[in-house]
Formats: sequence, structure tokens, C-alpha cells
Amino acid sequence: MSASMQTADSVERPPLPPHGWSRQRILGYGLVVLWAFMGIGLVAYLISAWNTELFQKYAPGYVSGIGITLSLVGISIVVGAILSVPIAYGRMSRNPVIAGLAYAYVYFFRGTPLLAQAFLVYYGFGSFRPELDAVGLWWFFREAFNCAIFAFSLNTAAYQAEILRGAIQSVPKGQWEGAASLGLHKLQTLRKIILPQALIVALRPYGNEVILMIKGSAIVAIITVYDLMGITRLTYSRTFDFQSYLWAAIIYLLIVETLRHAIDWIERRITRHLKR
Amino acid sequence: MQSVWTLLSWGSEGWLDDIAYGALVTVCLALATLPVGLLIGFLIALAKQSSERSLRLAGDIYTTIFRGLPELLTLFLVFFGAQIGIQQAVRLFNPEATVEVNSFVSGMIALGVVFSSYASEVFLSAFRAIPQGQYEGGFAVGLSKAQTMRLVVLPQLIRIALPGLANLWLILLKDTSLVSAIGLTDILRQAGVAARVTKHAFLFFGVAALIYLALAIVSSIGISAIERWVGKQEAHR
Repeated sequence: MSASMQTADSVERPPLPPHGWSRQRILGYGLVVLWAFMGIGLVAYLISAWNTELFQKYAPGYVSGIGITLSLVGISIVVGAILSVPIAYGRMSRNPVIAGLAYAYVYFFRGTPLLAQAFLVYYGFGSFRPELDAVGLWWFFREAFNCAIFAFSLNTAAYQAEILRGAIQSVPKGQWEGAASLGLHKLQTLRKIILPQALIVALRPYGNEVILMIKGSAIVAIITVYDLMGITRLTYSRTFDFQSYLWAAIIYLLIVETLRHAIDWIERRITRHLKR
Repeated sequence: MQSVWTLLSWGSEGWLDDIAYGALVTVCLALATLPVGLLIGFLIALAKQSSERSLRLAGDIYTTIFRGLPELLTLFLVFFGAQIGIQQAVRLFNPEATVEVNSFVSGMIALGVVFSSYASEVFLSAFRAIPQGQYEGGFAVGLSKAQTMRLVVLPQLIRIALPGLANLWLILLKDTSLVSAIGLTDILRQAGVAARVTKHAFLFFGVAALIYLALAIVSSIGISAIERWVGKQEAHR
């Protein structure tokens, strides 16, 4: 009797909070210290490798590289957003031909690497130079930067179309029916009822898409655009100084982290009315 | 001017055999990266769902860094960084030595690290979907911590994480194309060589894109087969 009471006692007692140096804590502190050492090592290396002459020579290039990266992503995202509307409409269409075409477009651009798409435009369109000359478009595709914008816009349009479609379809059907019963026509319903709700759902995927584009834009360095990555490769090929890559890494991390926190802040702000 | 079909034939005249070899390299790289990425990703996820704060912090730093860096930059950091690092280590013993780092291994490490940081998020959300009662049930029937993980949690975890991991696999397959930038003869590199020699750039890069598309389609078929199989396992219970 007393034995069973004792076991019941010991079972019902809440688990003791971990104290002292458990194996997990040792491992965790070890890893954090390792990260800290790597961070200190990075800073120490950058200070020891500091070279004012080099900095003055290449820093302006980095600044213009950041500008090119950001403008490339900015233009592509905006053009892609415009293109994504008809594609999303096509994906939701009941007409099998339109829906099929939109599906094929999205599947192609999401199923092939961005690098292959950029090559296809930059090198591939050169095969059609006479034809492009005849239409008067060759000046556009002669520039690597324009080719990158072209490829990136088509690519992000496919992703953004899926985001838009997912967000619109996440709004319950009753919202459409309710608006219809109030006598709103379809376009009004979309603009005043559906989109405000859908955009809240879409904000996070859109933010992720912007971040993915910034990271993906590094590949334009391979097709000779001097964005941040391109400048970095150029600097490395001239100086063979590994810090050129480390600076690029720091800048990319700063851009991405800033964006991520900005998106978090916007999301918190526009969902204030949903919090209880 | 050769015809399109001669260019795409198998053998010395055409380029299909070269591109097929590139496809083999691409698939091998992706398949070799997958287990590395899954293992590291799982360990990072374990760290991030641990009750120990320092472990969570270490895991978060890892994910923040490798999800924030462009894949191409990670690749270059690994490729050139490893080259310089190993070279300096070797020069301590043999000052004349020059070291060439294998681009396949660099690609495997870089892509594996990127894959694992995304996979850890997938595993983490799967961990959160498994109720605490599953662990408690495992302990209650007398299983040890490791046994509970292996016999009770892991089978459910894989089932929940599968769609997310399938997505990451498709992304990995596409990211292997970046390794062509450090000289691995994958699909895109071979297509580029063919394009430069024959001046049929659109044709060969188009073929390369279609091969990636075909790999994606084959993968989706395989993935849905695995999902069906896993679903059936569940139905048996």
C-alpha cells in the first residue's frame, strides 16, 4: 500500500526543471562559443587584411553593384507583378485552353533553373539576331542587364501568379456570394472585398519572393552584369583577395535581414485588427 | 550548316551524348547532396526545438546565415575558401604544393549546407505538429529517449515533412545548375560548350531547360509514388 502510494507520488510530481550543466547545455554553449569565435575571427581577419588603397579603389564599385542588384530586383518584381495578373487569371480560368497555357507557363518557369533561363535569353536570343533586328528589338537584347531583367521578370511572374492565385482562392467563397447579394459586380467585389483579404495572406509569400529574387539575382554575374556579385568576382579576379567575397556576404546578409524584419513589421502592422 | 537533328544525335557528330553525361552529373550531384542535407537539417531542427536556449540560438544563427546568403555566393565561399584554407595548411609542410579543390565536392558541401538550412525549417514545423502526448506515450511504455525518437516520432515526422522536403528536392535539382559556374560539367556547362562550338545557343540552352523540366516531372512522379506509399502505410494502422 505504502509502496504504491510512493510510486503515485513520484509519478505525479512535475518534472524538475533542468539545472546545472546538462549534456545539451554543454553542447549548446560550445556551439554558440564556436559561432562567436568564427564571428570574431571574421572581424579580426577583415581588420588585419584592411587596405585603404584597395578599399578606395573598389568600394565605389561595390556601391554601384548594390545599386544594380536592387534596381534589377525592383524592376523585375514590378514588371513580374504586372505580368502575373493575367497569368493568375488564366490559372483560375474555366476555359481549358487558357488554363492549360497558363499552367504550362508556370510549370516551365518554376521547373527550370533561373540560370538556364538567363542563358536562354542572353546567349540564345543572339541566335535570332536578324529577326530581332528586323523587329527593331535587338538594341534591347544586346545588353546583358536588359536580358537579365527580361528573364527575371518572366520567372518571377510565374511565381507571383501562383502566390496571387493561392491568396485569392484562400478567401472563402461566401465572401463572393455575400458581395454578389449586395449587388456588387465582380470587379468591385475583387477590388473591395477579395483583394484586401487576399493581400494579407499574400504578404509573406511576396516577401519571400523578393528575398529569393535578391539571392537569385547573384547569378547575373555569370552573364557579365556587374551587380554586387559581379563586382565581387571582378575584384577577386584582380586582387585574389578573399575578403572581397566576405564583404559581399556581409552586404547580402544585411540586405536580406533588413528586408525580413521589414516584412515582419509590415505584417504585424496590417494584421493588428485580427489580433484579439 | 548542320541540321538540328545531326546536332542532337548521339556520337561524335552530335552533342546528345555530352549533354546526357552532363545530366548524369547533375543527377549524381543532387543525389549525393540529399542525404548530407537531410542529416544536417534534421540535427539543426533537433537543436532548434530543444528546450536549451543556447542550442536554439546556435541553430538559428546557422539558418539565418545560410538562408540569407545567395546560393552562388555560398558556393564561391566554399570553393575558394576551402582552396585557400587547405592550401595554407598544406604549405606548412610542403611550400611548393598547389591544391585544386574538387568542384563536385565543393558543390556538394555548399548545396548541402543551403539545403539543410531550409530542411531544418521543414523538420521544425513537422516537430511542432507532433503532439506532446506521443513522446509521453513512448516514455510511458518504457521506451528510452532515443527509442521514442526513432520508433514513435520519426515515422510520423517523415510523413508530415514529406511535402516540404519534396519541394526542397525540386529546388535542389535546379540549384545544381549553379555548380557549372565553378567548372563542373553538368547539363548547363555541356550545353554552353555545345552552344559555343556550334553557334546554336538557343537550341542547346532550350534542350538544357527541357532536360531540367523532364527531371522535375520525373521527380514529381516519384514523389507522388512515395507519398501514396507512405499514405498506404498509414492506412494499414
